[in-house]
Amino acid sequence: MNPSGYFRRFFVRNGTALGTFLLLSVAFWMFVMIILPQAFMIDFSFRHNLPPAELGGAKDTYTTEHYEFMVYGSAESEGEFNTVDLGVFVRTLIAAFFVTLFDLAICYPIAYFLAHSAQGGWSRLMVLSLIVPFWVNEILRAFAFRIMFGSAGVINGFLMWLGVIDQPVDFIRENVALYAGLGYAFILLMIFPLYNAIESLDKNQIEAARDMGASWIRIHRRIVIPFAKPGISSGCTMVFMLSAGALAAPQILGGPSSLWFTQIIYQWFQTGNNWNRGSAYALILLASTIIFVLLMMKVFKVKLGEIAR
Amino acid sequence: MSADVELENVWIRFGDFVAAREVNITIPGGSFFSFLGPSGCGKTTLLRAVSGFMEPSEGRVKIGGKDMAGIGPNKRPTALIFQNLALFPLMTVWENIAFALEVKGVGKAERRKRADELLDLIALPDQGEKMVHELSGGQKQRVAIARALAAEPDVLLLDEPLSALDLKLRQHMRTELRAIQQRVGITFIYITHDQGEALTMSDNVAVMSEGVIQQVTDGNTLYDHPETSFVASFVGENNLFRGRVKETNAQQTVVETNVGPIRARTSTKAALNNGDPAFVFVRPESLKFANGAHADNNIKATVHTEEFEGHFWQVFLDVAGGDKRIKMSLVNEGTALGHAPGAEVDLSFSAELAVALPEGQLAAE
Ligand SMILES: Nc1ncnc2c1ncn2[C@@H]1O[C@H](COP(=O)(O)OP(=O)(O)OP(=O)(O)O)[C@@H](O)[C@H]1O
Ligand SMILES: [Mg+2]
Repeated sequence: MNPSGYFRRFFVRNGTALGTFLLLSVAFWMFVMIILPQAFMIDFSFRHNLPPAELGGAKDTYTTEHYEFMVYGSAESEGEFNTVDLGVFVRTLIAAFFVTLFDLAICYPIAYFLAHSAQGGWSRLMVLSLIVPFWVNEILRAFAFRIMFGSAGVINGFLMWLGVIDQPVDFIRENVALYAGLGYAFILLMIFPLYNAIESLDKNQIEAARDMGASWIRIHRRIVIPFAKPGISSGCTMVFMLSAGALAAPQILGGPSSLWFTQIIYQWFQTGNNWNRGSAYALILLASTIIFVLLMMKVFKVKLGEIAR
Repeated sequence: MSADVELENVWIRFGDFVAAREVNITIPGGSFFSFLGPSGCGKTTLLRAVSGFMEPSEGRVKIGGKDMAGIGPNKRPTALIFQNLALFPLMTVWENIAFALEVKGVGKAERRKRADELLDLIALPDQGEKMVHELSGGQKQRVAIARALAAEPDVLLLDEPLSALDLKLRQHMRTELRAIQQRVGITFIYITHDQGEALTMSDNVAVMSEGVIQQVTDGNTLYDHPETSFVASFVGENNLFRGRVKETNAQQTVVETNVGPIRARTSTKAALNNGDPAFVFVRPESLKFANGAHADNNIKATVHTEEFEGHFWQVFLDVAGGDKRIKMSLVNEGTALGHAPGAEVDLSFSAELAVALPEGQLAAE
């Protein structure tokens, strides 16, 4: 279908007034809500951090100094690379990756059960019991996790009662609380795409495979997972992006000695009062997570269009 | 290899609902056996009990003499072809067919070779690389059969596999299925609500209604010697006369009906006593215009319409006292019948071609 024909049909179907309105509102959304703010950030990231008086002056030129800083650090610092920031950056991506895997491992069985085994009433109850906890706001949830994982918290108490450990484990310092908190925060974003994908799989296909002697592992590997791949990738993409970009959970649950990359960005904006460097860092995070996700999609042979299904 | 399938006193219940009631059937190994019955009568349920997706609430399923209780579908020597085929859409045709071999751990080259052999068997050579959605309905059908055969089952179970096809293809696939069955020589258990399919393909047919097996026999006997009123009204067309038994012996029974006494054959299985309520069934092709010669039965009727169907004349008639319009089929002998609507005619039929059965359930029209 050629584009002009498509537009003509769009207007014929919706009428000129409604068609114009729809088109304009989508354009407005795209431009004002997405493109414009990001364009400002991009512009920001390539400028010097100047006091207000010098903005627009002779010194206000384009520069890549903030991007260079992220890689090489300041001129005075020892060492060739900015090991601190780069280290945090890589660690954040790796941790977000594992949080995603962890969520996938937990959510896949749940989604499969909801979609294919649970009977009407049960599945509704389960979905409800998954959704309702998210009415609790993020900060309350995070602090509750902190208490739970604290040295006097229920988890340590339980493990000590079992006799698995005799000293409380510092889950906060070890970042266990952080990973658990992040994993929990995005669990619904993993379950629902998985559930939608698995639910649309014809039950007879599973039975047919079973009838031909396939084990459950093979049924999942050959039938269910390939079918659910678009759901798996859209769930993983969302969880990965949001974990890598999370701020509240790392602030509250992160160990004192380890930072999340978003916390560094936040520091540049807030305490460092260097918005230019902050936006450069944030854009680096954005670009690298997008590249990482596209790479993963390439590896697992998923097309971008499938994710939107 | 083929195997006998025995259902011994099988009951299947869903809560209070009984989907199969006291089913006793022996299906000889290597035969083509059909379950025929209206929608919802429990055919799929029974098939699922044979394939192992469900255990009977009571009774036994035996395959090849072995009790199947507790043996899952993946361990039974059966392969099921689903009502909607359930081909794997993300695999190529040959991968679909070779799936059972993949499960057994057969190497890829060997799998491919076997898949190609089966593609030849179902007359789809060189189509292995296609995806399932690129095939036509009839081709998908055949791939489903090949996929099931690849598992080398002793018993192939088919759940209305032709229902999604158009009439022409359905008729073609009937012949094809029968031919494949004879080539591979295994037991086929076929489910359908289409009597044409059941009668043309099967060695034996079990007619089912509301979870109860009505009669098990070959297609010919089913048509000519129905044992219950359900079978008589479900298989083929039949004219029904209601009445009470006036006299009966081993050969003939006289039933006093609203249109007068009718002399009919006594059914071998169903016992009737004097005074019992009874149904008499007469097939449209058994009715004739009376020609003055002696006949066992004579009834008066009024012509309603005559329809010309090329091969046949269908004549619809009203009988005084009869509760339904009756139908008569006459072979076209090249001359018009020429009865005006409303014409009074005499009909006759022989007692041998009418059957008296105990009053019972009738098939829905
Ligand atoms: N899981 C179940 N729970 C409760 N009732 C069921 C279940 N499965 C089937 N039934 C009932 O058992 C009866 C027989 O169902 P079945 O699917 O065997 O019919 P069928 O003869 O195959 O019909 P069709 O020709 O429409 O496929 C139906 O009344 C159905 O509602
Ligand atoms: Mg069915």
